[in-house]
Amino acid sequence: MANKIALSIEGLTVSFDGFKAVDDLNLYVEENELRVIIGPNGAGKTTVLDLICGKTKATAGTIEFKGIELTRLPEYKLVQLGVGRKFQTPSIYENLTVLENLEISYPEGRSVFGSLMFKRTPEVEQKIIDTARMIFLEEHLNTQSGLLSHGQKQWLEIGMLLIQDPALLMLDEPVAGMSVVEREKTAELLNRIAQGRSLIVIEHDMEFVKRIAHKVTVLHQGKLLAEGSMESVQSNPKVIEVYLGH
Amino acid sequence: MKALGMILGGKRGAMDLLVIAALIFVVFPLGLDIFRLNLVGKYLTFAYCAVGLVMLWGYGGILSLGQGVFFGIGGYCMAMFLKLEASDPISTAHQTTPGIPDFMDWNQVTQLPIFWEPFHSFIFTLLAIVAIPALVAYIIGVSMFKRRVSGVYFSIITQAIAAIVTILVVGQQGFTGGINGITDLKTLHGWNINTDFAKYVLYFVNGVLLLLSIVLSKLVLSTKLGRLLLALRDKEDRVRFSGYDVANFKVFVFCLAAVISAIGGAMFTLQVGFMSPSIIGIVPSIEMVIFAAIGGRMSLVGAIYGALLVNYGKTAFSESFPTLWLFFMGLLFIGVVMVFPDGLSGLYKTHVEPRLRQILRKQGKKTVSSKTSIEKAGA
Amino acid sequence: MDGYSLSDLFSIVVMQGFSGLSLFSVLLLMALGLAIIFGQMGVINMAHGEFMTIGAYTIYLTSKFTESYLPSFMPYYFIAAILASFVIAFGAGYLLEFLLIRHLYKRPLDTLLATWGLSLILQQVFRSAFGAREVSATLPDWLMGSWKPTPSIDIPLNGLFVMAMSILVTGLVGLFLFKSKWGLKVRATTQNRIMAGAVGINTKMVDRVTFAIGCGIAGVAGACFTTIASTGPTSGSLYIVDTFLVVVFGGTASLFGTIASAFSIAQAQSILTFFLTNAMGKVVTLLTIIAILMMRPEGLLRSKVRR
Repeated sequence: MANKIALSIEGLTVSFDGFKAVDDLNLYVEENELRVIIGPNGAGKTTVLDLICGKTKATAGTIEFKGIELTRLPEYKLVQLGVGRKFQTPSIYENLTVLENLEISYPEGRSVFGSLMFKRTPEVEQKIIDTARMIFLEEHLNTQSGLLSHGQKQWLEIGMLLIQDPALLMLDEPVAGMSVVEREKTAELLNRIAQGRSLIVIEHDMEFVKRIAHKVTVLHQGKLLAEGSMESVQSNPKVIEVYLGH
Repeated sequence: MKALGMILGGKRGAMDLLVIAALIFVVFPLGLDIFRLNLVGKYLTFAYCAVGLVMLWGYGGILSLGQGVFFGIGGYCMAMFLKLEASDPISTAHQTTPGIPDFMDWNQVTQLPIFWEPFHSFIFTLLAIVAIPALVAYIIGVSMFKRRVSGVYFSIITQAIAAIVTILVVGQQGFTGGINGITDLKTLHGWNINTDFAKYVLYFVNGVLLLLSIVLSKLVLSTKLGRLLLALRDKEDRVRFSGYDVANFKVFVFCLAAVISAIGGAMFTLQVGFMSPSIIGIVPSIEMVIFAAIGGRMSLVGAIYGALLVNYGKTAFSESFPTLWLFFMGLLFIGVVMVFPDGLSGLYKTHVEPRLRQILRKQGKKTVSSKTSIEKAGA
Repeated sequence: MDGYSLSDLFSIVVMQGFSGLSLFSVLLLMALGLAIIFGQMGVINMAHGEFMTIGAYTIYLTSKFTESYLPSFMPYYFIAAILASFVIAFGAGYLLEFLLIRHLYKRPLDTLLATWGLSLILQQVFRSAFGAREVSATLPDWLMGSWKPTPSIDIPLNGLFVMAMSILVTGLVGLFLFKSKWGLKVRATTQNRIMAGAVGINTKMVDRVTFAIGCGIAGVAGACFTTIASTGPTSGSLYIVDTFLVVVFGGTASLFGTIASAFSIAQAQSILTFFLTNAMGKVVTLLTIIAILMMRPEGLLRSKVRR
């Protein structure tokens, strides 16, 4: 795969009162790549996503996406550039229906005036239905989303990102709390949506990682420990040491 | 027609509006003498603030403890216009400086302050009633929400602003009338506002404007912005990471609530005939929250009932048991939080409506009972 | 400043400085209880001022009691009365946490409204019990009069007393929060309730007692204020906005921030009121605080933490 690099992170560091949660990290993700980040608890995985999407401000280093420096931009601008982020616990609007959840995420009418004038055109409706089908929630469009199962909520949040057609999609533990069947479906879903965009996934379930990852990055104590195919990482003595060592 | 129904909240929403309209425009005017009706009109001006708070706090999750400031801005703008009209050089000829409001003369002010000048114009005054609160809310809103000041911090700061404004108005007697406020208002463009007829007219204008503010709010809620407000209240981060500049929406709803409150303030001045700092400070501002809470923090129409009931209670209690009123008010605050967080509208939905439906169903059954009884017998 | 000699000017500076310092002690005393309740626990208590009033009325009652039944005890009653006001305010706070606050930990805005309601009720209780007029305790002789280091400098003893008390209480609160085992439990509970529970801390008890201690300190503050001002049913509510601003301005999680904030607000206000009118001095001070808060929403001292 001789793809262009979509996201390049160089020398990324963030310290909280002297504690370096991410320490001089370099990471490159290509277009059409599905990258999985693994690592023991406290390795800094979620913090890396926080830094990319602007939730946490970096102490040092650069994050470049499609040639644009991200570290100084406010969150909403990052999203408009095509960076989408799913949180660890499903973050959806529980008081609204599935349809309304997707509609709010539809990338139009994002200004105050725009949202006042926003109309649910057939085009918008079609896009919502298509997305709902993709995330297996077609039947539930008018269900209040608080009533969905945990797995369905995870899907809904992925759908809310997909409807924006992000060029970089970051998912924090997307299959946490899912049944075996739901995991199967999610793996399919992720493989399907990796076309035409870059994906970064944080996951603990190694079986699941094997099924989806193009390349795996292992973080440990905020630093890059190993990177490569799943097999090469799994046989890497340093990685085995970290996972089994203590 | 269908779109209109959507905006009003379907059949039920339209019904609710119809009932309150009947109450305001038919029942009260027919049932009450002009003195009492004028009092109801005064209560209704507080309902504007409650309507604003339903939008801001109920839907937006932002609790402002300074809505009295905006009510005051509207009220003072109107009062300044009326006061200037009442202070023409002829009727103030006995003053040291004729042609300026009496309280200025008492405070050795010899020239009309420059910020009073434009209030000679009625058009300017009307514009100011809407534009000044919007501008003030915009400035406060931008500087707070862009910095992500939220939750109780916002509440405390707005309360401090209410305190500051009150101190300022009271302290600058010569320019504002001080603690007594602006009194002795007589005419609007030569039209005496103190006659019974004028009071009827103003009462109706007030009612119409109040219902229009509710319709306007419903209109806003029916758009995507309305859903965004709810989304914001529950999951601010998700909205932010869906590509929205969250602060702008908060600023918008804060400005909307401010303008609605200010219109109420202006109507207060017209109907009651004065404006004073006692209506804009910390205590009245937080009482406005209780009007909204009693009505049901998510119910625009409920805000009217809340304002009417609490204010009626206040008047009734303070006439007969003045000491009990504070106890009662305190219990209202605690009760509305602990026992019935959805206020009257919640109680109506859980207790009255099911029973009403039951009764309606029974009556419905009676008319068709001849048919169904046979079927039942068969089954 | 023509009519003043150099020594007059010196005296003015000293006495102005002193009035700033006593305002500082007053603000600090008020804010300390809130720094625990709001700063450490994140609970907003709008009835905090009424707990001060509870302390003040306790002093008033003990002074009346001592005067009538134990006149010989007069010089000493004040110390005992301060302890009593702590105990009574503590008890009231304990009860309040149990009846109201514990149900509302996750709803800060609702806590605000409910405690505001409580403050209205308490004000009416005070009014019914003690009348609407302001009352003053009879102070022991050693709190009266003033200290005159030079003929033109006149420093009132009650001001010095309030200052000493604020230093004492600040020290105790500091020890309580940062040196005692209890303080550790409080911080553990606020930072991670579930983990704190898991390691065997009775988090409910920690909440209740901590809240009550904050209220007790408010009682002590109110007790001290009887030396410089009279007490009325609404005395406490006059302080509430200032008190919250001191804590918020200082940065809620930091005791040192509260001290720094009380100091700067007090100095600013006393200097400004010297040059402007009382009202304008206050307005300018409050406006400055708000402006600074808008630039630094987390207050003067903020800690950078991962959220």
